[in-house]
Order: sequence, then C-alpha cells, then structure tokens
Amino acid sequence: MTVLLIVLYKKRCYRIIHGWLIMSSFMLLFLFSYLYLEEVLRAYNIPMDYPTALFVMWNFGVVGMIAIHWQAPLRLQQAYLIFVSALMALVFVKYLPEYTTWVVLAVISIWDLVAVLSPKGPLRILVETAQERNEQIFPALIYSSTVLYSIVESAGFNQEWASTTTTVTRPASDNLTEAQRQQQQMEEEERGIKLGLGDFIFYSVLVGKASSYGDWNTTIACFVAILIGLCLTLLLLAVTRKALPALPISITFGLFFCFATSVIVKPFTETLAAEQVFI
Amino acid sequence: MTLAEFFGCAFLAFGPPLAMFCYTISDSPIKIILLIFSSFLWLLALLLSSIIWFIFIPLKSYLIFGVVVSVLIQEAFRFIVYKLLDKTSAGLEELAGNSLVIHNKTVLAYVSGLGFGIISGLFQSVNILADALGPGTMGLKSGSEMFFLTSATMALCIILLHTFWSIIFFDGIHHRNKAHLSFVILSHLFFSITTLLNSSEIYSLTIILSVINVILTMCFAFKIVGGTFEKLKRCIIC
Repeated sequence: MTVLLIVLYKKRCYRIIHGWLIMSSFMLLFLFSYLYLEEVLRAYNIPMDYPTALFVMWNFGVVGMIAIHWQAPLRLQQAYLIFVSALMALVFVKYLPEYTTWVVLAVISIWDLVAVLSPKGPLRILVETAQERNEQIFPALIYSSTVLYSIVESAGFNQEWASTTTTVTRPASDNLTEAQRQQQQMEEEERGIKLGLGDFIFYSVLVGKASSYGDWNTTIACFVAILIGLCLTLLLLAVTRKALPALPISITFGLFFCFATSVIVKPFTETLAAEQVFI
Repeated sequence: MTLAEFFGCAFLAFGPPLAMFCYTISDSPIKIILLIFSSFLWLLALLLSSIIWFIFIPLKSYLIFGVVVSVLIQEAFRFIVYKLLDKTSAGLEELAGNSLVIHNKTVLAYVSGLGFGIISGLFQSVNILADALGPGTMGLKSGSEMFFLTSATMALCIILLHTFWSIIFFDGIHHRNKAHLSFVILSHLFFSITTLLNSSEIYSLTIILSVINVILTMCFAFKIVGGTFEKLKRCIIC
C-alpha cells in the first residue's frame, strides 16, 4: 500500500491520491461513524429514530470533511483527526483476531523503522522527493500541533490524509523536524510537531487491545508507556533533526508494559486491593 | 445508587488532584511531560516491587513484607527522579526555554510528587471504582458498606501525601538534611502499615490516622517551602 502510494506520488498522479483520500475519509466519517453510533446506542439501550440519526450523522460528517480537507479552527480539525484515528483503531481491535493484533503491532513498528530509516525505504523516498520538489509532505495530512501558514502552492496538494482503508501498511510517521520545515517554507511563522495519523491509529490499537482485557491497570500502564515512548522519540527528534519513525519506541514500551503489568503487577495489586492496603 | 456511588467516590478521590492539575500544571507543556515522566518512574518502581513480591514465594502471603519493600523501592525511585531531573536540567531548559520551571526546585518537586501521587492513586483505586459502577452493592450481604468510601479517601490521601513527600524529600536531598528524608520514609511506612489494618475493617481508625498523617505532612511541606501562618492569613483574607 505504501509502495503503491509512493509510486503514485512519484508519477505525480495527484488526482488519484486526492480522490482516494477523499473517498477514504468520506467512508470513515459517514459509514464507520454510523456503525459506531449504532453500537453505542445498542450497548446503552438508547432508542433513536432514523431522522434524528440522519440529521446527526449528516452534520457530523459534513463538518468533518470540511475540517479535514479544507479549513477549520485548529482544535476542531485536531478533534476530527483524533476521532477518525480512534474509529479506525476500533475497527482493528474489533475485527482482527487475538494474536493477529499483537503480531501486526510488532511487525508494523519494525516496518516503520525500516521504511523511514533505510535508504531504500518508501517513506524516506517520500520525504526526499517532497524535499526535491520543494513541496510540503502531504501538508496537514499529518496531525500538526500548530497552525500552518502554508505559502507554497503545490498542484492543489493540500489534502488531509485521514487514514487508509482497512489494509494494514501505511506510511505511519512523517516527523518533520523544524530544520526541514524551515527549508521548505521560509515564511512559516509557527513551528509545530507533526505526527502521522497512522501513529495515532496504532497507538490507539495498542491501548484498545490492552483495555479489552478488562483491567484498568494494564490500560493505564500501556497509556503512560506510549506517552513516554513518544517523549523519547521527540527528544531523539530534537537531537538528530531528521525524519524519524514514531512507532517503534512507543509500541515497544507499550507492549512491554502491557504484558508486564498483566502478568506481574496485576496479582500484586489485586492482592493489595482485596485487603485495601495502599502502598 | 451505584452510579451515584461511583461519581461520589471518583470525585472524592480525584477532585483535588484534578483541580491541582487544571490550575497549576495544564498550562505548561513541560510540566505535563514531567508529570508523565514521574508517573512512569512510579510504574517502574511498582514493577520492581511486584517482581520481588512474585519471586519470594514463602513470604508472598505476608503482605507486610511486600508493602515494606514496595515503600522502600518507591522512595528509592523518588531519589532517582531527583537525580534525573538534576542531570537533565540543562537539556530541559534548552527544550522548554522556560527557566522559571526548571530552576525552581520546589515546582519540580511538586510536579514530580503529583505525578507519583496521581498514578499511585489511579492504580490503586480505579479498578475498585469500576467495580463500584457494577450492579452489586457492598455491604448488603457481606463486607462493609464503607468499603468504597474508605478506598476513595485513602486514594485521596496517598495522592496528596506523595505530593508533599516529594517536596520534603527534594528539599532534604538539596540541603542534605537527613531528618527530612527519614521523615518521608517513616511517614510513608506509617501510612502503608496503617492501611494494613483495613482488612480488619476498622475503617474509622485507619482513616483518622491517615488524615492526621496528611495534615502533619502538609504542614511540614508548607513550612519547608517558606509558608507561614501570616502569609496564609493574607492569602485567605485578601
């Protein structure tokens, strides 16, 4: 999938990528959100008539499309991106079998490492091609922490890449460093940290899977571990100043802590909690 | 009933820490990162103490062993937090560019103490809270009806205590004051050993002792950061 995308990008088939992005975000925002709404209503036994549901979904979806693909207040855009990533992650958690999820997580973080760092890696080619053409790399397709004052007009390639379809591999992390972004746009005023949406999705898959075992301690431990992994990655980013994969460190920490907590810490805390002993 | 109990206990345990987070920490990203970082180190301490408890199988049934070991390991990790913050203060300043936070040792102590406290309180109370939301009622057939309330109160106490302990501890290391360090360790041991009485359901005793502990530690920490009764009066009155 990633390789196909890189081929399309290299051949300047912007329209195809454009169309694919719009289609996939459309599907996510309308179809999957509706399915999710249905599940939530079913779980809490809340009745909702079809006109109300249609009204809610229509508004939600349209605002989402506008926020992701065009312009919207930063917080709204970020909120929609997060929602869409979480939805995608839910799809993974719900429909992938038990061990497949864990294996997929492990494999994708290794793939991410290879794709970004090795000289022939697809993501590295993407970064370098975009730099050569002096374009932004999929501008704002990535979750960015600040508003971009985007001056460079590049063939209408200002699309928001919400997520891929259900196939597994995607260009996960395009951590642009501050140095690279300055190269590309001198006039840019705000610098922000950019994180690929695929990263969000796989972090969410990990936490979702951890929470599916019913133990809050495992979920919280996994959550903290992923955050620390992200901090370390950002630290590394500040030191090395080039595109880095965001998945490996966080996923490794997350997986380790998830299993360590459920196997070693859980019996201890359960024994303590039964007696109400606080350490 | 269960929903009311859940929200009541949840806000009892996490209300003040949430307020502390919102008013003092949420506006500064470097403080949030430090908070998460100290939470992570507490998790490591917990992991280590669980491993030790796991390994020493004959002593497994004597919870007091696990508790004492865990307390000592947590204090050791508090020391490690201090050392790490010390060593990386130059790097942090470069990243954060906000020397107001980095050079102020009390703020660092407060943030890392709150980090310890929040993750400690979360880990020890959130499963109980989740059960409180379930269909059953504690105390109907067996157990005490004060179970959830005690759990929430203890969680609040431990969160506040960790914050104060870190302040006293960091000050103790900074000024090489052994008395402060031993106060923290003894206070922590006292708190945890008091909670061992919880299994006998003498909740009134354990809660009163814990709250006295909290107030004492609070006054001590307040005095250490330079607070006086006069300043407190002025703060409240104005």
